[in-house]
Amino acid sequence: MEKYLILNTLNFPILSLLLVIPVIGAVVAMFMRGDTLLKFWGLAVTLVTALVSLPLWTNFDAATAKYQFVELRHWFPALDLNYVVGVDGISVLLVLLTTLIMPLCILCSWTYIKTRMKEFIIVTLLMETAMLGVFVSMNTVLFYIFWEGMLVPMYLIIAVWGGERKDYASIKFFLYTFAGSIFLLVAIVAMYITTGTFFIPALMEHSFPFGYQMWIFAACALGFAIKMPMFPFHTWLPAAHVEAPVAGSVILASILLKMGGYGFLRFCLPMAPAATLYCMPFLLIMSLISIVVGGYLALGQSDVKKLIAYSSVGHMGFVTLGIFLLNDAGIKGAMLQMLNHGVTTGALFILIGIIYERTHSRELSVNNKLGMFMPIYVTFLGIFSLSSLAFPGTNSFVGEFLVLYGAFDKFPVVGAVSILGAILAAAYMLRMLQKMVWDDSDGHVHHGEDHGHDDDNGGHKLFDCNFREFIQLAFLTVFVFWIGLHPQPLLHIMDTSVAHLIHQIDAGSAVQEAVHHHGEHHALLETAGAWVRNLL
Amino acid sequence: MLNTVFLPELALMLTVLVLFFMTLGKFKTGTVQAVSLLFAAISLVAAVASFGSHGDLFYNAYRVDALSQLFKIAIILGLFLVFMLGHGLTGIRRELHTEYNMFLTISAMGLVFLSSSVELLTILLSLEISSYALYVVIPFRQGQGRIHVEAGIKYVLFGAASTGLTLYGMSYVFGLAHTTYLSELAQKMPALVATQPLAVFAMIFVMTAFFYKLALFPMHFWTPDVYQGASNETAGFVATLPKVGAVLLLIRFAAVAGFDITQFTWVLAAIAVLSMTLGNLSALVQNDLKRLLAYSSIAHAGYVMLGVITADLVGMSASVFYVIGYLLMNLGCFYVIYNIAPDGENVTFDDLKGLSKRSPLLALTLLVSAFSMAGIPPTIGFIGKFMLFTGALHKGFYALVIIAVINAAVAAFYYLKMARAAYCAPESDPSLPFEAITLPLGSRFLATFFIVIIIAIGAMPQSLLNAAKSAISTLL
Repeated sequence: MEKYLILNTLNFPILSLLLVIPVIGAVVAMFMRGDTLLKFWGLAVTLVTALVSLPLWTNFDAATAKYQFVELRHWFPALDLNYVVGVDGISVLLVLLTTLIMPLCILCSWTYIKTRMKEFIIVTLLMETAMLGVFVSMNTVLFYIFWEGMLVPMYLIIAVWGGERKDYASIKFFLYTFAGSIFLLVAIVAMYITTGTFFIPALMEHSFPFGYQMWIFAACALGFAIKMPMFPFHTWLPAAHVEAPVAGSVILASILLKMGGYGFLRFCLPMAPAATLYCMPFLLIMSLISIVVGGYLALGQSDVKKLIAYSSVGHMGFVTLGIFLLNDAGIKGAMLQMLNHGVTTGALFILIGIIYERTHSRELSVNNKLGMFMPIYVTFLGIFSLSSLAFPGTNSFVGEFLVLYGAFDKFPVVGAVSILGAILAAAYMLRMLQKMVWDDSDGHVHHGEDHGHDDDNGGHKLFDCNFREFIQLAFLTVFVFWIGLHPQPLLHIMDTSVAHLIHQIDAGSAVQEAVHHHGEHHALLETAGAWVRNLL
Repeated sequence: MLNTVFLPELALMLTVLVLFFMTLGKFKTGTVQAVSLLFAAISLVAAVASFGSHGDLFYNAYRVDALSQLFKIAIILGLFLVFMLGHGLTGIRRELHTEYNMFLTISAMGLVFLSSSVELLTILLSLEISSYALYVVIPFRQGQGRIHVEAGIKYVLFGAASTGLTLYGMSYVFGLAHTTYLSELAQKMPALVATQPLAVFAMIFVMTAFFYKLALFPMHFWTPDVYQGASNETAGFVATLPKVGAVLLLIRFAAVAGFDITQFTWVLAAIAVLSMTLGNLSALVQNDLKRLLAYSSIAHAGYVMLGVITADLVGMSASVFYVIGYLLMNLGCFYVIYNIAPDGENVTFDDLKGLSKRSPLLALTLLVSAFSMAGIPPTIGFIGKFMLFTGALHKGFYALVIIAVINAAVAAFYYLKMARAAYCAPESDPSLPFEAITLPLGSRFLATFFIVIIIAIGAMPQSLLNAAKSAISTLL
């Protein structure tokens, strides 16, 4: 065991606390009355969780690829199934992202959610536990329990507080992701039967035969590709994003989508390295299609939320691209891009929520000329839009740059095609920015000159951001520039773990080559390699 | 000595006797319910007390072991929950309330006998005690036209036919092996099953009555009509308790047929696949909740068979675990159905609309039960499926597990439809009733019990799974 992990040396069980605090908060919330009290309670619980999570940042040892802050308890000894949680350089940042985004989810729902506040707070807190559980589980069954358990609160968030087509969107979300991830369960059980363990680090060490790896890879990748979402499994995302309430969109964009990428890094790459290598070209091509199709579809949207949703498909394409380049820059870029997307797209959804509360519309043609009335809002919109299109100096630039560097380093053609995606991103984000801030060219102006005033007859009240909204956006802005200008601390945390991961892939595929040196699988790999070289 | 071993049976017989004497007088429903609950609770205590005792009774035709005692606890717990769930017995003709409870107890008693029966004729007798009581009870419904008569007739006809087939199969088994004792059959049958198609044929026929009870593929036709025609509380009983008994007997027969993979295994596997696929696909289009649960039970029967066909410790104990979990989550659903329909009418999806506003507790119970049936963690249904898949994969049934997984994904749709109907308030229908459903204290307690136990066993399955394992290990 010691070779995989370092037990928690803090004097409190930090990861278990992170999992338990929101649940306790949810249970206490059941007995509370009054929407205001509940909102403050939800905020307090998420803030406490965020505070508790901070030692993960300060006490993280970036020099080792082992799991840290590990807690181990017996849970189900008959099956060698333990409660074991820990973080490494791949998951620790995602845990922090989750704990820091959740208070914002409560804040941005402060006035947006008008009905059933109690249930909303309970469900959101349970969601936090489930999401954190996914990132800290070191055991495949525990992982799966949180992974699937997450569906229920997310489904409720969309189904109860969603927009007009919430019915359709929520059920599509649920069925899509459930169908994808149930095969993951088969893979988990199959690996258990072969190896006798559910312990993730031990599974990573195990060398499965090539054919077996292909099945494992297929079963896992399907679930993760849907969650990501990767073309052609992306169709649930726009529906879910558009219909979800603002907090739901933020959770979806900032955290849920990261789980696909995390799953690839945690399961597919280390557990099925030879299969990963074999499937790499297909996944790279799917990533490129995601980037281009996502960007292209975003360009044509008139609904702002849909636009951002499709842009997420494109951004996630960059993430999978980076992951399946299987080199240092690519994987680091992908991980950084996951965080960036969490910050930037989360902020964009908060911004859309803010304007939706004022104009009750998400149409570009309605929400225009905002620059005249809402200068602070527009400033933030500008910052986050530029961040989304990877403007130098903002966070996404660093991530995208690393991915592109990795791509050009390995397959220049892939890099060249993905540049197209970056250009598309600039096109649709600038189009959105221009329409929302200045445009009144279509002559269809909904709010006249007097809309800045408290005049209900002529249109909507377009008052600027209030303090609560300002705080949320300012908080995320800090991260935009911090990661944009000084990403070193974050990259430093990933360094060892990513190097270890790449080592695992190389070692795993080397073993396979040695074993199948004369076998047909080797020929398959060879063909795949040749195929890639010819193509790229 | 006899008494401690035979304690749950004695307690149930006492309950039947007390209820029988009550049928001679006139009592209020509340009194009948209180007495039934009290005696069911006593029987439950007796069953728990006799857990761990073992012995062979009645010329070795009746075996008390860990397996039988675990199932007795489950059956009597189920009976207790059905009594508690049907407070007021709104769906039953007023003058028959005492008789109703008596017959339900007799049926449960038959199932308890069945759990311990290890000889073919004893099995048949116990089965018939349990079935006949139910044949009587189904037409007790009031005020819903003649639908319950149709249900009653269908149940009798299918039941009689399947019992006949079982007897026919038993005659072959006796002819082949010259004994009716399961323990002796277990020594002779495996060799016969491996070599003679006739033995496979005979074993399948012997199991037919239990396919019928479990609503497994070729014998499933009665299920939707009977669920729909029987009153809500009766359907809750029919949907759960006999299935628990049936699974035990299927496990016993599968053990008799041997632990190797033979033709027999593949016949059962085909039945399992057809059952889950047909059940799930038919459930997708149902609008009546009881019909939906009927088709879902056909599908669940298919899942349970995954464990039975493995014929090893992991798989069979998974089946035991699953069927006990199924008892709890299915009763959770029927509890909600019973409480939505104040006059005992059938419930459709339209009646579920706005449930989360009318009664948040009922909506939550439905949500938890439905998600558990769909197999979403952390519920008992998830652990059950997980264990079943583990068992089946362990034995190498990869294709079966993949079919089951696809089925589980399909099934998620209609379970979700239930939750959706309960939680998504209708967009444009203000005419729907929004009067709150008030539940009596006992009923609220029951709802909390369902929610807590489904999640608690899902999170901490260790003790129940250990009990299931030790029960199965007595068989192997």
